[in-house]
Amino acid sequence: MSNENTHKHAHAHDHHDDKPTGFLNRWLFTTNHKDIGTLYLILALVMFFVGGAMAMIIRAELFMPGLQLVEPDFFNQMTTMHALIMVFGAVMPAWVGFANWMIPMMIGAPDMALPRLNNWSFWILPFAFTMLASTLFMDSGGPAAGWTLYPPLSLQGGQSFAFVVFSIHMMGISSIMGAINVIATILNMRAPGMGLLRMPLFVWTWLITAFLLIAVMPVLAGAVTMLLTDHFFATSFFNAAGGGDPVMFQHIFWFFGHPEVYILILPAFGVVSEIIPTFARKPLFGYSAMVYATASIAFLSFIVWAHHMFTVGMPLTGELFFMYATMLIAIPTGVKVFNWVSTMWKGSMTFETPMLFAIGFVVLFTIGGLSGLMLAIASVDLQYHDTYFVVAHFHYVLVPGSVFALMAGTYYWLPKWTGHMYSEKWGKIHFWLSAISVNILFFPQHYLGLAGMPRRIPDYSTQFADFNMISSIGGFIFGASQLIFLGVIIHCVYKSRVKAPGRVWEGAKGLEWTLSSPPPYHSFNTPPVIDSTTVAHAEGTH
Amino acid sequence: MKKQNTFIVAAAVTAAVIAAFWLLLAAPSYTGNAINMTQGVTTQSAINYQLHMTVLWVCVVIGVIVFSAMFSSIVLHRKSRDHEAAQFSHSTGAEIIWTIIPILILVVIAIPATKALVNMEVAPETEMTVKITGFQWRWKYQYVEDDIQFISSLDAVSNAARRLASGTNPRSVDNYLLEVDHPLVLPANTKIKFLITADDVIHSWWVPALGWKRDAIPGFINEAWTEILEPGTYRGQCAELCGKDHGFMPIVLKVLPKAEYRQWVQQQKTHMVTQQADIERLWSREELMKLGENVYASQCAACHQSDGMGLAPAFPALAGSSVANGPVSEHIDIVLNGRDGTAMHALGNMLSAADIAATLTYTRNAFGNTSGDVVQPRTIYRIKNG
Ligand code: HEM
Ligand SMILES: [Cu+2]
Ligand SMILES: [Cu+2]
Repeated sequence: MSNENTHKHAHAHDHHDDKPTGFLNRWLFTTNHKDIGTLYLILALVMFFVGGAMAMIIRAELFMPGLQLVEPDFFNQMTTMHALIMVFGAVMPAWVGFANWMIPMMIGAPDMALPRLNNWSFWILPFAFTMLASTLFMDSGGPAAGWTLYPPLSLQGGQSFAFVVFSIHMMGISSIMGAINVIATILNMRAPGMGLLRMPLFVWTWLITAFLLIAVMPVLAGAVTMLLTDHFFATSFFNAAGGGDPVMFQHIFWFFGHPEVYILILPAFGVVSEIIPTFARKPLFGYSAMVYATASIAFLSFIVWAHHMFTVGMPLTGELFFMYATMLIAIPTGVKVFNWVSTMWKGSMTFETPMLFAIGFVVLFTIGGLSGLMLAIASVDLQYHDTYFVVAHFHYVLVPGSVFALMAGTYYWLPKWTGHMYSEKWGKIHFWLSAISVNILFFPQHYLGLAGMPRRIPDYSTQFADFNMISSIGGFIFGASQLIFLGVIIHCVYKSRVKAPGRVWEGAKGLEWTLSSPPPYHSFNTPPVIDSTTVAHAEGTH
Repeated sequence: MKKQNTFIVAAAVTAAVIAAFWLLLAAPSYTGNAINMTQGVTTQSAINYQLHMTVLWVCVVIGVIVFSAMFSSIVLHRKSRDHEAAQFSHSTGAEIIWTIIPILILVVIAIPATKALVNMEVAPETEMTVKITGFQWRWKYQYVEDDIQFISSLDAVSNAARRLASGTNPRSVDNYLLEVDHPLVLPANTKIKFLITADDVIHSWWVPALGWKRDAIPGFINEAWTEILEPGTYRGQCAELCGKDHGFMPIVLKVLPKAEYRQWVQQQKTHMVTQQADIERLWSREELMKLGENVYASQCAACHQSDGMGLAPAFPALAGSSVANGPVSEHIDIVLNGRDGTAMHALGNMLSAADIAATLTYTRNAFGNTSGDVVQPRTIYRIKNG
C-alpha cells in the first residue's frame, strides 16, 4: 500500500510538466501563468476585432458627407464603444497577457506569485465585456457620451448606463488584481542574482505600469460610481442645478485618464527595448537611463491631467502649470527615442518581422509624441482641442504605438510560446500593409483637424470630404490587413512544421531564451544561474 | 542579397508614401480642402497661427534629425552588409547633450507660448458683451447692452439634407452644415466680451477664425474676448460632444462695419416693438396652426419627429400623448420649463411667446390630436413674465 503511494508520488513528480486534463480543468480553473496569459491574449485579439469592426462602421459613415448608413445616435454609440473596447478590452488585457507569459520566464520564476488571484482577474473580464456589449441591444442603447463619459451628457443615457458603470467596475477590479500580482511577482519571485537593475526593461516598465494601475483605477471607479448615483439615486456630484460641478468630473476622469494612456504605452516601451537590441545584435543603449526615464514619465503623468481641459476656463496660472508640466514629459520621452536609435547605431541589424514592427513603432510613435508637444501649447490647444488633430495624435501613439508594439512582441515571442516558427513572408506582408495603411488612415486627420473639423461628428461639411475619403480608404486597408495577422497566428499555432529552437533569435539575450520552445509548463522550478550571458542587458554600463 | 533587395523595395515604397503626403500638401490648391490652421481675423488667431507654425517646424526639424540618423543606421549597419556590431552601451556625454538640448528647445518654445496664453486670457477693457448659451442643439445669443436676443439653429436646407438617406447630395447645398437661420451679427474693430454658458449639457463655442474655442458648461459662465479686424462671414461648429445632433449645431458670424452694425441694432429694436404689439392681439386658429407647423418643424421635429410619432424610447410620441391631449396648463408647463432628466429642455427662454403659443396650438390639434384648444401668445407672455 505505502509502496504504491510512494510510487504514485514519484510518478507525479517526474511529470510535473503535465498539464491538467479536461477542458474545464485546463482553462477555467487554471492557475498557470502561461495558460492565463494565453487566455488574456485570445480575449484581447477578439476584442481587437470587435472594436475594429466598430471602427469600420465609423469610417464607412465618414467615407463621404451626408448620412448614408447609421443614425447619429448609433454613430455616437459606436465611437464610445470602440474606444472603451479598444482601451479596456484589447490593449490593456493584451499587456496583462504578455506580463503573465513573460515576467516569470524573464526573472527566473516558476509562475506568478498569486496564481488563484490570476485566474480570477482574467475570468472577470469576459463577463465584464459581455455586459458592456449587451447594452447595445438594450432599449436605451449603448453609452453614447464618448469614452470620457462627461456628465451631464452621460447622465442622459437610459437604464443601460448602470450596466456600463458596473462593467467598468469589473474591468477595474481585474486590472488592480492583475497589477498586484505583477508587483508581488517582480518583488518576490526573482531568481537569486536577478537584481532590480538587472531586470529586462519589459519587466521594469510593467512594474511601473502596475503602480500606475493601482493608483488610478480606483479613481476611475469612484468617478463612475458618482455618475451612477447621480443618475439613479438623485445625488448631485456633477449636477450644477443641485450644487454639483460638471467640471470636477473632468478633473477626476483625467487624473485617471492621463496615467491611463501611459499604462497603455509603457509596456510597449519595454517590448521595443527588448526587440531592438536582439536584432541589432548590440546591447541596449543607456539601460539605466531607460529605467529612470520610464519612472519620470510615470511620475509626470500624474501632474499633467488638465492639459485635456484647457478650454474649460481654468485660471491662467493653472493653465501655465499644466502646459509646462506637459512639455516636460517630452524630455524623458525624447531620451527613450534617442536611446533606441543609438541602440541601432553601429549594430549588425537584420529585419525580421518583430524588428520591422519595432522600427515602425519608433518612427510613428515619435510622430505622435511630436504632435503631443504641439497640443501641450495651451494657447494653440484652444484651436486644436476636440478636433481631428487630437484624434490623429492619439491614434499615432496608440495604433502604430501600443498596437504595433503588441504585434512586434507577438511575432518576437510566438515561436517561444508555440515551439513553431511563424511564416516570415506573411509577417512581413502584414507589416508593410499595416505600416502604409495606418499612415493613409491617420495622417490626413491632422489636416482635417487643422482645417477645422471637430471630432465625434457623424457628418461634415463638404470642405472636409477629400481627406475623410482618403482616411477611410486607409482604414479599410488597415482593417483587412489585420486578418493576415490572425492567419499568421493560426498557422503558427496549428499548422507550422518548422520547429523553433530555445534561443529563437540569434542575438536574443535573457532568461526566457534559456528555456525550450515551447517552455515547460512551470517555467523555472529550480532557480536559474544568472550571469552576464543570461542577463538581457549588458552590465557595468551604469 | 535577396533579403537586401526586399528591404530596398520596401524602403522605396515608404519613400513613395512619404512623397505622396508631400504631394498632398499641394492638395488645397486643387481640391479647395484646407490642410492648415487658419490665420484668422483676430490678433489671437494670428498669434496662435504663428506659434503653431513655429512649434510645427521645430517638430519637423527634430523628426528629420532623428529619422535620418535612424535610417542611415538602417542602411549602413546591417548584417547583410557584413557590418560588425559594436558593443558600446553607454555614453554619458551623448546622454547629457540630448537631455540639455531638448530642455533648451522647450524653454525657447515656452516663452512665446506663455505670452500668447496671457494675451488670450487677460481680457482688455471691452466695449460690448454678448451672452452665448448652448442648448441641445442650438445657440442662444443675447446682446446684453442692447437687450436683443435670438436663437440660432442649423438652416432648414442643410437640416433636410442631413437626414439619413435624404437623397440630397450635400455638395448641392450651400455651406452644408455650416449655415444657420439667424447668424450672430457683430461689429468689426470692437472689443467684445463673450459670456459663455449652457443650459443642458456641455457644448463648446468655436469659430476657428477667432482663434479659440471655449466650453459652454451648465452652472458656469466662462469669459472670452475678441476683436475682429475684418468684416465678413465666419463659420464654426460646436466642438464638444453634446448628444445626437452635436454635428448639427453650427455657428455663423456676420461681422459688419461699425456703422452698419448700429443700423442692424436699430432694425432689431423696431422689430421688437412690432413683435410686442403682435403678442397682445388676438390670433386666429389658422394663423397659429400655420406658424406652429413651421416652429414645430425647426424646433421639435428633431426629437418628436415630423409625424409626431417620436423615437422610442428616449423621445416620446406626441400623437395621442396624454400631455398633448390633457390639461393645457400641464402642457404649457412642460414646454416652458422642460422635464428634468430627459432631453426635453426648457423652451421658455428660447422661443418667443408667439412661437410657443403656436406650437402648443399645433401639437394639440395635429397628428390626430383633437383637443380643439387654441393657445394665445399673450397667455404665454403673461405666464412667462409673471
Ligand atoms: C510626448 C508625449 C505626449 C504629450 C505631450 C501629449 C499631450 C497631449 C495633450 C495636450 C492632449 C490633449 C489634447 C486635447 O484634447 O486638446 C493629448 C490627448 C491624448 N493623448 Fe497625448 N500626449 C503625449 C503622449 C501620449 C501617449 C504616449 C498616449 C497613449 C499611448 C497619448 C494618448 C492620448 C489620448 C488617448 C488623448 C485623447 C484623449 C481624449 O480626449 O479622448 N498621448 N495628449
Ligand atoms: Cu494626457
Ligand atoms: Cu456639441
